[in-house]
Amino acid sequence: MRRRRSSSVWMILPLYIFTIVFVAGPLIYMVALSFSQSAETFGVEWAFTLENYKKILEPVYLETFLESFQLALTSTAIICLLGYPFGYFMAKLSEGWKKKVMIFLMLPFWINSLIRLYGWIIILQNKGVLNFILQKLGIIEKPLRILYSYPAIVVGMVYVLLPFMILSVYSSAEKLDWSLVEAARDLGASKMKAFWTVSFKLTIPGLLSGIILTFIPSMGLFFIADILGGNKIVLVGSLIQEQMTRGNNWPFAAALAVVLMVLTTLMIVLYRRITNVKELEGIG
Amino acid sequence: MKKNSRFSGIYLGIIFFLMYLPVVVVIIFSFNESKLPVRFSGFSLTWYQELFQDEDMLEALKNSLILGVSSCLLSAVIGTLGAVGLARIKWRTKGILEYVSILPLMIPEIILGMVLMAFFYLLNIPFGMLTLLLGHTVFCVPYILMEVKARLAGMDPALEEAARDLGAGSFRAFWDITLPLIMPAVMSGSLLAFAMSMDDVVISIFINGPRLSTLPIKVYTQLKTGVTPEINALCTLMLVFTIVIFLLYLLVRKISKGKNILFSTGEK
Repeated sequence: MRRRRSSSVWMILPLYIFTIVFVAGPLIYMVALSFSQSAETFGVEWAFTLENYKKILEPVYLETFLESFQLALTSTAIICLLGYPFGYFMAKLSEGWKKKVMIFLMLPFWINSLIRLYGWIIILQNKGVLNFILQKLGIIEKPLRILYSYPAIVVGMVYVLLPFMILSVYSSAEKLDWSLVEAARDLGASKMKAFWTVSFKLTIPGLLSGIILTFIPSMGLFFIADILGGNKIVLVGSLIQEQMTRGNNWPFAAALAVVLMVLTTLMIVLYRRITNVKELEGIG
Repeated sequence: MKKNSRFSGIYLGIIFFLMYLPVVVVIIFSFNESKLPVRFSGFSLTWYQELFQDEDMLEALKNSLILGVSSCLLSAVIGTLGAVGLARIKWRTKGILEYVSILPLMIPEIILGMVLMAFFYLLNIPFGMLTLLLGHTVFCVPYILMEVKARLAGMDPALEEAARDLGAGSFRAFWDITLPLIMPAVMSGSLLAFAMSMDDVVISIFINGPRLSTLPIKVYTQLKTGVTPEINALCTLMLVFTIVIFLLYLLVRKISKGKNILFSTGEK
């Protein structure tokens, strides 16, 4: 009995050590950093201060937070609307088709997202493919200025993060017991009613994990705003990057990161609570 | 009831069309004669020739591959052993550890990047391949951990117990029974990790150091400062490369599935 346990300890040891040193360690250091002072020339001075957090409350930086949040919200909402039906329909396909669809869903994950975004630049630019087609069809006269605007960033976010949502919804819908839907229909529920009361309710965990998987990254994907937004919109991500590199104010960057972390943690806790409540309802 | 309307087929088709449209556009323009990716003016292989003469690009490609493979292997070992170990032990810190080890997927990439940069600087580890490897492993482990954990949850624990009752040691039971059964999850997790490592720009950009460049970093700087049509050629080649590896993966999985029939409990 003792030997069994000791071999399990050896198995888990690498994970324990690696997680403590390279995940917990840096995060704890970040918190410490956020309460320290930036040195005059380079580096950090260890003196406890709340200056970095006070600085965030300045209107310029507060605005950045709001804008990031808004963008993440918009993108996630669109991703839900587009991704949920996809994952749900996919779960209803025959086994053979499921496999084929899965292959084509995995492929974009493999292709570098920057190069895929570059494809959108070619499509969306003023003299690009989209404007060319729209003008040829006579729908518009002057080329639309989509690239380097807010909608272009949203397009990029949705495009990069959509597969996460689809896979998340699919894995939840795949486990769905379809006989429950059938039972609801037999008992006289309309197609829509059966969907909302049975299928949708049971796939909510998938939808929520999809939201977490898309909402949180979309606040940090500064390169999308950079490439498709042309630096016009400053997101929290861009601000942190700037403070770490050109600004050389690591403590302020750390404070920004801590606030972002707290916000996202709150979101995860909130979602956990919502899913738990839903599960309890299902049992009752 | 488990029936699909025609609408759903059309819907999947439209989303796939939009998903692949930019990729197709890049491929088409990689053969474009003109330097500007505005209109297709004629077929040419110029950009491929230039790409193969660009030593910086080749160097970056090499770095990306080394990094992707090594971080994927390292995290596969840590993640797989960890997931199996987590299922066996009953320590009180287990829950916290699991939460912290999956954190890298939960927190924005940018935070992970800056935090690792500051931390490596604190530890005095010189920025380069080592920091990139460690950084990429940080976000690769959770993919494998989660995949394997899900597979373990669906597994019949009686199988391993039976092996132990028949006298197999704990490690033997893992190697002969558990590992073959979770292999598909290890593979899919590793492939996802590999893809994420090859794709990553946000974390790499913080910890790559002044000299070392990966392919995504190269592409990123070009997209910011000015694009050369080489990128189209590069993407097309990567796409071919990707599909080859992907097909290989499907093949391996098919073989491993055949092997698993020996162990599975009647499910197909």
